[in-house]
Amino acid sequence: MKIIAKDRKGKEHVLEGRDGWSVMEILRDGGLDIAAECGGACACATCHVYVTDDWYEKLPEPSESELDMLDMALAVEPGSSRLSCQITCSDATDGIKVTVAPE
Amino acid sequence: MTSAPIETDVAIIGAGPIGLFAVFELGLLDLKCHLVDILDRPGGQCTELYPEKPIYDIPGLPIVTGQELVGKLMEQIKPFNAQFHFGEMVTALERQSDGRWKLKSDVGTEIIAHAVVIAAGAGSFQPKRPPLPGIEHFENAGDGIGVHYAVRKMETFRGKNILIAGGGDSALDWAINLAPLAKSLTLVHHRDGFRAAQHSVNQMRELEKEGKVKFHVASVKAIHGEPGQLSGVTLSGADKKEWHHEADAFLPFFGLTIKLGPIAEFGINLHENLIPVDTARFESQTPGIFAIGDINSYPGKLKLILSGFHEAALMAQAAFHIARPNEKLRFQYTTSSSSLQKKLGVS
Repeated sequence: MKIIAKDRKGKEHVLEGRDGWSVMEILRDGGLDIAAECGGACACATCHVYVTDDWYEKLPEPSESELDMLDMALAVEPGSSRLSCQITCSDATDGIKVTVAPE
Repeated sequence: MTSAPIETDVAIIGAGPIGLFAVFELGLLDLKCHLVDILDRPGGQCTELYPEKPIYDIPGLPIVTGQELVGKLMEQIKPFNAQFHFGEMVTALERQSDGRWKLKSDVGTEIIAHAVVIAAGAGSFQPKRPPLPGIEHFENAGDGIGVHYAVRKMETFRGKNILIAGGGDSALDWAINLAPLAKSLTLVHHRDGFRAAQHSVNQMRELEKEGKVKFHVASVKAIHGEPGQLSGVTLSGADKKEWHHEADAFLPFFGLTIKLGPIAEFGINLHENLIPVDTARFESQTPGIFAIGDINSYPGKLKLILSGFHEAALMAQAAFHIARPNEKLRFQYTTSSSSLQKKLGVS
């Protein structure tokens, strides 16, 4: 399963997802500049990404706690912004496109 | 501040769980500590990021929240009477001619110590700055004008056109508090929902009804004016329609994020924003400066609170020899040593 991720400089990275891992973990381990300060606890909003190319609608809806935490993210785009620690890799996310949000 | 520098045994930068436990380990060896932290309370990430989240991997505590752990650590180190300097950032670290170190903080506190322990986690918590080109030209523009990440004196905002961005407690609290004295107060947030306490939301809605707060589902796209002289911003609504909004002051409240900060300028060796240390002493490559917890790196490092506790214990042994070069370190157990129990106030 692939994750197609654009970094803050606009460079595209094709990363191999792992079933059950969060997209944040794959981005972080793939060397993308993502702070993920709280380590995936949905507590800091520093793993903010834009989910693009119609992928937002294909994902399960964000939880109330994720929506709350997104209130602390910068440059939120409704209908696109997600916390990447709250997106779980699976066959259903194969080919997902994300862009790391500005910090 | 021009008061005389404080003299102590060990200065600790960072009052997170590891900095706090360092007080304990150093205290058992009779070393006195001063701690400096940019936050206004102890706990670091534990209290700032996840006070209510349970932690399951602290040995002996099957479940504990960040806030509870910090509370227990504060209780554990109470006998050692460490001194805290909250709301201060260490900006400089200099070696003295007598071999000790002098720390300076951004508010002028000076601490002279035999050893320095950097327990700063990932660095210092600083307000999140919206990614708007040129925003830096409007920061520190003066009282009540330009971009502010905190409100120090409400009175300076009297009669101003104020724009607040954000949907958390700070955004709403300040909207509510500043509305009565502002010329106009506008709150923008990317959704019609808030992370803030319900009573604050109700209060804001009330002020909105009274016309004292204008609320838009919108975000700030650009910032305008001459450097130091904010004139307004471009707002973009839910339908992507953009409009100009005049403002004297813009207050973005998006919480805090962690930046390495002045540690990079201390002159100690860093590798990828971490401080390489040896695993016997947890000392940086500058003798007398130790690094424990998430800020350090060594082969096999795991960023776990429990690893930091271990690092604190070994650091304390090494720091003792620097602070008390002529004394013999007596290694003792708290279970059996009456002198340790006396220090802890339990015997």
